[in-house]
Amino acid sequence: MKKFETLSSSVVPLSIENIDTDQIIPARFLKATTREGFGENLFRDWRYNGDNTPKADFVLNDPTYSGKILVAGKNFGCGSSREHAAWAIQDAGFDVVISSFFADIFKGNALNNGLLPIQVSDEFLAAIFAQVAKDPKATLTVNLEEQTVTIEATGAQESFEINPYKKSCLINGYDDIDFVRSQTDLIEEFEKNKVFKFY
Amino acid sequence: MAKTLVEKIWDAHVVKREEGFPDILYIDTHLIHEVTSPQAFDGLRKRGIGLFRPKQTVATADHNVPTLNQHLPIKEELSRYQVDMLTKNCAEFGVELYGLGHPFQGIVHVIGPELGITLPGKTMVCGDSHTSTHGAFGAIAFGIGTSQVEQVFATQCLQQSKPKTMKIEVNGELRKGVGAKDIILYIISKISAAGGTGYFVEFAGSAIRSLSMEARMTVCNMSIEMGARGGLIAPDETTFEYVKGRKFAPAGEEWDKALAYWKTLYSDEDAKFDAVLTYDAADIAPMITYGTNPGMGIGIADHIPATAAQPETEQASYKKALDYMGFADDESLLGKPVDYVFIGSCTNSRIEDLRAVAEFVKGKQKADNVEVWIVPGSKQVEAQAIAEGLDKVFEASGFQLREPGCSACLGMNEDKIPAGKYCVSTSNRNFEGRQGPNARTMLASPLTAAAAAVTGKITDVRELLEA
Ligand code: SF4
Repeated sequence: MKKFETLSSSVVPLSIENIDTDQIIPARFLKATTREGFGENLFRDWRYNGDNTPKADFVLNDPTYSGKILVAGKNFGCGSSREHAAWAIQDAGFDVVISSFFADIFKGNALNNGLLPIQVSDEFLAAIFAQVAKDPKATLTVNLEEQTVTIEATGAQESFEINPYKKSCLINGYDDIDFVRSQTDLIEEFEKNKVFKFY
Repeated sequence: MAKTLVEKIWDAHVVKREEGFPDILYIDTHLIHEVTSPQAFDGLRKRGIGLFRPKQTVATADHNVPTLNQHLPIKEELSRYQVDMLTKNCAEFGVELYGLGHPFQGIVHVIGPELGITLPGKTMVCGDSHTSTHGAFGAIAFGIGTSQVEQVFATQCLQQSKPKTMKIEVNGELRKGVGAKDIILYIISKISAAGGTGYFVEFAGSAIRSLSMEARMTVCNMSIEMGARGGLIAPDETTFEYVKGRKFAPAGEEWDKALAYWKTLYSDEDAKFDAVLTYDAADIAPMITYGTNPGMGIGIADHIPATAAQPETEQASYKKALDYMGFADDESLLGKPVDYVFIGSCTNSRIEDLRAVAEFVKGKQKADNVEVWIVPGSKQVEAQAIAEGLDKVFEASGFQLREPGCSACLGMNEDKIPAGKYCVSTSNRNFEGRQGPNARTMLASPLTAAAAAVTGKITDVRELLEA
């Protein structure tokens, strides 16, 4: 997993509440055998018409907006447990998702894949949307070490929560797998003392 | 300190426990299939590593396989691709594969137990929610996501917080025509499809004790359908008897040592559970579901509960479920015509299930309006059924014995129930579209399914048994 450092970026605003994983990546796109390529179908049915032509008014198709931060309405990522939702967002080039509430499973899946979900207050979320409405290139700075997110133009800042273990994974570019691999000595020690060798 | 069975097994597998962190739990056995493994193999490739302990992983192809003409190439392109990918990945990473054509091939949760891979006291995982099946042996077994599949590949461990524990006791004697499937459908109908969320459930009580190993697997298989992480049953003589002599089970001196250890695997008398529920076996009738989640079940002679009797917040989705099924409030299901009968899936496709069905249908004919599929859980079950002449019984009754796989349990392979049709199914999920777009699934036991097959309608099997 790549290391998460401080990130300053413009944002893509998606001011819709209760975005479920079926909207993020529809079920019919789940038969792939790699993690890549899901970005193409991110928000597929919002992004494209039935004949596969892009819907011009959807933010991801609007060149006014760009950046590595996706900002979305409350209760993001509800619905099925498909890990493909996190893969799709990341594959489309996002490192951070900001919302005022995340569904549990989505949050876990995102963190497992190095995509940082940041939960802010409803007020702060509204302030971000307002700033982006004023200036589509408005920059946010995410400082994971300090656990803060700042709207650069106004200096408004809010801190966010993150599990300390997950934080250290992101900062060190460790995922769960790297972390447990760093404990190989312990695992081998455990195996030596296992109740039964044939297990 | 007194411990529950879950705690005993869990604590014996903790590699590292640290405040503020989930436990690092050692996984003895990892089962994989073609659907949830490709991205995990791909992840290893990207890290430039192999499996930490390849010998502790076993693979099979089950979800995408056809159940007719398995010797021919799989017709559906994406299904064929996923199965081929599994073959390729297993070869590259040194994983034992019981693929199509192999005498051990079958549904992942059927082959583990029958090969003696599933053993008391083990920790087992699989990228599949019905991994809970293996808990029937007194193992900690649960389903995991794809990132976790990769984690187990890479480390043979998982980071997991210790679950809460629930004990469900079923005491007394089961009535005639009532079996393991009815027990679990009954429990789920009582506590709802989310009633076990966050728990590991230990099934206990005299009615559970009296069940055969295969019946216990049916119960544990569906613990996930009440939202539980897993279900398990303390091992006893029935368990040891079943395991002894199986292909990968310990033998000789190891067997003696294993047995001595396994006999310590039970919840201590005064162990504390976070929740305890108790049921009376005599209250359980043959069960059937009428809705679109496994909690929507009733005794077969009961009427569908009224929408108005549901909690207000749930009335809309309850109504939607009845509409989908084409049923109404207060209706009886008895006598409703049936189009398909599916006897199979990791819940009910073992030899005892097939024997029970064969014994019941012997000398009877299937009704003209039904198509009946019997899909054995594995190549070994298929071979055993043929050796016992069950195939002849089925043939004479007009039942089709197919080749092993997940089949019509999920609409992923060629076996699908057409839109709008009614299927009495021995599988475990009746979600909208589960058996095919707009298919209508009614979950029931193999006996109740067989009764529907011979009468062509929903039938109380007890009436046919008494006749
Ligand atoms: S039989 Fe059904 S529930 Fe069992 S593993 Fe296959 S698809 Fe899953």
